[in-house]
Amino acid sequence: MSITNILVAGTGGQGVMTAAEILALAALAHGYDVKKTEVAGMAQRGGVVTSHLRFGEKVLSPVIPAGEADVLLAFEAAEALRCCHELRPAGVILVNTLRLAPPVVSTGLFAYPDDPIASLRATGRTVYAFDAGAIARELGEIKLINTVMLGAISDHLPFPQDELKERIVARFRDRKPELAEANARAFDMGRAQARAAA
Amino acid sequence: MTTAVKEAEDRLLLSGNEAVARAAWEAGVKVATSYPGTPATEILEAIALYPNLHAQFSVNEKVAMEVAIGAAMSGVRALCSMKHVGMNVAADAFMTYTLTGTKGGLVIVVADDVGLSSSQNEQDSRYWGRFGHMPMLEPADSQEAYEMTKAAFEISERFATPVILRATTRVCHVKAVAVVGERVEGPKAEFVPEAARWVMVPGNARNRLPLMAARDVALKAFTEETGLNRIDEGSDRRVGFVTSGPVATTLREVFPDAPIFKLGFSCPLPIERLRAFAATVDTLVVAEETEPLIEMEMKAAGIAVRGKEILPRFGELLPHVVGPAVRPLLGIAEPPAPAAPAKLFPRPPTLCPACPHLAVYHTLARLRKKVVIAGDIGCYSLGAGHPWGALDTCVSMGASMGVALGMDKARDEDDRDKAVLAVIGDSTFLHMGMQGLLDITYTGGNVTVLLMDNGTTGMTGGQNHPANGRDLKGAPAPKVDFARLVTALGVAPERVHVVDPYQLPVLDRTLRQEIATPGPSVIITNRPCTLIEAFERHQPYHTDEDACTGCGKCIDIGCPAISVARRETAVRKNGREVELAFARIDTAVCTGCGMCVNVCASEAIVRDETAAKEDCRP
Repeated sequence: MSITNILVAGTGGQGVMTAAEILALAALAHGYDVKKTEVAGMAQRGGVVTSHLRFGEKVLSPVIPAGEADVLLAFEAAEALRCCHELRPAGVILVNTLRLAPPVVSTGLFAYPDDPIASLRATGRTVYAFDAGAIARELGEIKLINTVMLGAISDHLPFPQDELKERIVARFRDRKPELAEANARAFDMGRAQARAAA
Repeated sequence: MTTAVKEAEDRLLLSGNEAVARAAWEAGVKVATSYPGTPATEILEAIALYPNLHAQFSVNEKVAMEVAIGAAMSGVRALCSMKHVGMNVAADAFMTYTLTGTKGGLVIVVADDVGLSSSQNEQDSRYWGRFGHMPMLEPADSQEAYEMTKAAFEISERFATPVILRATTRVCHVKAVAVVGERVEGPKAEFVPEAARWVMVPGNARNRLPLMAARDVALKAFTEETGLNRIDEGSDRRVGFVTSGPVATTLREVFPDAPIFKLGFSCPLPIERLRAFAATVDTLVVAEETEPLIEMEMKAAGIAVRGKEILPRFGELLPHVVGPAVRPLLGIAEPPAPAAPAKLFPRPPTLCPACPHLAVYHTLARLRKKVVIAGDIGCYSLGAGHPWGALDTCVSMGASMGVALGMDKARDEDDRDKAVLAVIGDSTFLHMGMQGLLDITYTGGNVTVLLMDNGTTGMTGGQNHPANGRDLKGAPAPKVDFARLVTALGVAPERVHVVDPYQLPVLDRTLRQEIATPGPSVIITNRPCTLIEAFERHQPYHTDEDACTGCGKCIDIGCPAISVARRETAVRKNGREVELAFARIDTAVCTGCGMCVNVCASEAIVRDETAAKEDCRP
């Protein structure tokens, strides 16, 4: 009985919960049993958000047991570092290189790590680091970041990446066809950043 | 636990809250009530989307409970949902309604915030079942939340008792697969007068007590036979478990071969079945969130169990907690611990860019030495944090009023160097603040109240209330005028001020004037929450780097859109060294409220003319 454990991490307002929800719906549509749980207190207010997504033949606890996450999808560099210990030693990390300093850092009480990506690589896990914001801006719209992130994880799932892509694009196809096209391109560019074959 | 996976079209991905709502609708509920509170809020929001029923957020949980009771007295099915602390507010009503017994099915859904994700305490609501002689059901996941909600209505009507469905955050907010059905309409409402039953004066209430005792006996028999209590078999009989709620899934995950007695109907306990189960295992461990309630009742019945001497008394019983506590009983060596998390800066929740509360706390932080600030429950509890540190107490809904009054009355004449302030939000004021303010005016308390009206119940995601002019579904509704309301409660009209909080100098001046004047006063701030429709977004500001002098005053506001671009040490003409902090505004999150423009003497904060685009997020 094999369960896939995906950890999605970021900060309140970045779209972590939405991304996890889309992944969950894609897994459900593929026929898996699915559970998704958030560790998010007052997350809407800029705090840490992590979402645990588990799917497979039969999921018991919604919480990923410590050290058993297969894939980490991180929307922010330091947040990837904060939870990377929850990954298996051979886990895959897909990380947006964005650095978001909270007020306690920007006002000088604490320091932001110099190179969180290097620290992630030092754990020995496979790390795909990319600037999702730059990709989104290149496509003309910063808000496409979430779709870039979902594209990045799409080759690291046990079901075809097209199923995930379709879930995203279908949200726009009828209402706003031009946004369906933009999201499809964002997805492909995200995917190119983190090809499993790389 | 989730039943066998079926075909895709029957399977929905539902949170526990959504599953309760779906089941209540299918069960024919006619009236559903609540007051918003994490993690229960979405139950009512989800119910409100279904047809053929009335759903409402009441002003508080007690009123919500009474509305549900009135409906149930009339013979229809009713549901009342709330977070754990809401039960304290509602208890006055249901502790008597359990005595009258119900006519239509009444299900009280209480959501315990085990682990304190967004609450002021971690009380265990399972005590209410014992205290109120009410049966209690405890689902483990969405499918069970759905099935048990339906079962709860049947049990409620069969035994003429309110029934409590106790969920926890790890049920309410977990999305899982659930298979659902269709609605069955219930009977029409018909209230049948019966004073001996519905009028609980002592003479009548006394006669109900033996009937409630007889119900207890019937429920004791029921719990011994119901399929809601069941054994999940396991081949390794060295350690068996008794548990309820989502802990069952954790135990099965960590101990795949252990026998588990899973209590779905957990009050009253099926003591004889538990006794029989205990005889089938070498060691029996009770794993319960959070208090040792089952453990104590089993021990009182003479059944040997292990419980809180090996498991924690608070917090969630997650795999990494249960595993190390129980493995020694099995002689299993602890697997090597995963690497410790990286040491990093904290990222506490904070107020949003342009939040009107920023203005209040920025102002209060400047008056810090002159005031004691009694706080309340809402986003504005964050005012206690960095960088404002401008909140001294936070107890319960509406408590800012009473606590401030108590502080004022406790002090002597020579101990009045500080003003006493109470800080409260609009929804909290309507919930339980009005009564406290009435106490302040009635007793002539020297309290200045800051009523921060942001036009919504913000913390729980933006629910409408009686003072924002919209009903649950967003349709126009009667709107309470706070200035007139507090005047009617006895505050002198000249001591009531409505202030635009973005005008920092006006807020500061008004506050200083009111705390210097004896007697009750109310300052109402009137800018909306930035997360609701009423909030107007403007072109963002950015800093003109050439003009910024590094004074850092805009940074002190604590707006998350403003950060330090760079620091420098400068030497003033008088030889003093000063730390300079040059500001940067994140134009992607700035909403152009202009609060920071107020404090910038060098006019370095200017509009950014880049246009925003439409939302293209999935």
